Amino acid sequence: MRRPSHIAFALTLAVAGGAAFAQAQSEKDAKYRVGDKYTGYTYADPTTQSMQDDDYVNPGFLWVQEGEKLWSAAEGAAGKSCADCHGKAQESMKAVGALYPKWQEKIGKLENVEQRINQCRADNMKAEPWKWESPALLAMTAYVQLQSRGQPVDVAVEGPVKPHLQNGERLFYMRHGQLDLSCANCHEDNDGKWMRGDHLGQAMANGFPTYRLKEQTLISLQFRLIGCVRDTRAEAYPYGSDEYLDLELYLAHRGKGLPVEAPSVRR
Amino acid sequence: MRRLGAIIVSAMLPVAASVAFADELVKFAVVDDNEIRESLTGKPGNPEEGRKAAANRGLGNCLACHVMPIKEDLQGDVGPDLKGVASRLKESELRLRLVNPKLLNPQTAMPAFYRTDGLNRVRKDMEGKPILTAAQIEDIVAYLLTLKE
Ligand code: HEC
Ligand code: HEC
Ligand code: HEC
Repeated sequence: MRRPSHIAFALTLAVAGGAAFAQAQSEKDAKYRVGDKYTGYTYADPTTQSMQDDDYVNPGFLWVQEGEKLWSAAEGAAGKSCADCHGKAQESMKAVGALYPKWQEKIGKLENVEQRINQCRADNMKAEPWKWESPALLAMTAYVQLQSRGQPVDVAVEGPVKPHLQNGERLFYMRHGQLDLSCANCHEDNDGKWMRGDHLGQAMANGFPTYRLKEQTLISLQFRLIGCVRDTRAEAYPYGSDEYLDLELYLAHRGKGLPVEAPSVRR
Repeated sequence: MRRLGAIIVSAMLPVAASVAFADELVKFAVVDDNEIRESLTGKPGNPEEGRKAAANRGLGNCLACHVMPIKEDLQGDVGPDLKGVASRLKESELRLRLVNPKLLNPQTAMPAFYRTDGLNRVRKDMEGKPILTAAQIEDIVAYLLTLKE
């Protein structure tokens, strides 16, 4: 994988006398690199990076705060809140998100964090599942994922999960749409290059949910995948489809060892 | 070697049937795996229209991947700078690279702008349609021919 070009930019600055800045910059980035894996953070411009760095400035924390409220709100026929069963999220949800998507033996299915949350609502709270991309589901996902911040992504890929990983990999290299582009065409072959105004990165999934400056809202990984497939002028797959679940798994495994950085901020 | 494009098959259909396919592609011949010598419309394109189609995000959107001598802030660098491309490539070679660059490099990220087969899950409203019409291809070829060094 190619190194993002702003590393070169940082080096140029160092030569020009901005050594201290370049040093600080690359130390900050170092957290978001593991070997030749780079998270979207390392491609972001410095303003976007500093927005993510400060929890008081990061707009994603508006959703986190909402998620924290929902955590202890009783809902559904069972009259329970998440907190009634799980206690403090800081303890019970610590590092949980870094292991998703995860195989659920009980239902014989791979689930992402959103689906796992909704399963608890349906089974344990007797409450309606939250809709995809609804403010409540985004808020709870952000709150749960925050409890994994800094933890290395590490999804299980053996046993019943293996065919899903293989299918995710197949989809990553499959060309889609009228423009006939695969994920790899943009995110592997052209990693670090510019596509009009977009700085192409490695499609790492560790920052989701993400506050998207363009959308001015928090978005789920599923939303991002729908957008990327649609940009090839293909029929997108639906939310929660097997295709996106398998892609989520493959992306997570590709980024194994990178720290969870939710809620991230991206252009 | 002279190889006919896949589209030639349609010429063998009964006339009535081929009239029925409104979106059918014009037939063309690929020469030496590198050139399409005849204009897809039978006449030269309009370079001014070609420049517009190249920049238009809904049409060529060439600027997504190429730097071109066009006044636009955002230009990509996925493919080579097209400044002076007409000094490197002749008309027939440029035409092939627009119609289907995958004949030269199956791995390329550059879309085939005049092809409808071998694609996956094309958006319903675009199914059976090439990205550009034959006339737009010729306009862009004419524009590229003005990019001399
Ligand atoms: C036409 C090019 C293109 C294709 C094809 C494409 N993407 Fe993207 N994708 C982008 C751009 C541009 C961005 C935003 C900049 C970036 O993070 O790379 C992006 C962002 C992403 C992100 C977010 C990264 C982050 O750090 O927030 C993920 C994940 C992603 N893409 C996955 C995929 C997957 C999976 C596929 C295939 C189904 C795919 N993309 C296909 C252009 C593309
Ligand atoms: C009635 C009790 C109950 C309630 C209420 C409840 N859960 Fe659960 N939850 C469970 C049980 C039991 C498990 C399975 C524990 C295990 O797998 O070890 C679980 C598992 C989970 C997991 C997966 C943990 C893992 O290690 O993979 C998540 C995430 C989760 N719950 C989130 C929530 C959220 C968010 C809410 C509130 C919207 C909620 N739960 C409400 C009982 C509950
Ligand atoms: C998704 C990215 C992408 C888009 C969009 C794209 N190209 Fe390309 N183009 C490339 C790449 C990459 C190459 C390098 C050749 C290869 O990959 O085999 C290339 C090569 C070329 C070449 C050959 C240049 C040379 O010096 O050999 C021409 C001419 C060209 N493109 C014209 C265009 C035109 C005109 C458009 C718009 C109608 C366009 N391209 C759109 C990616 C793209």
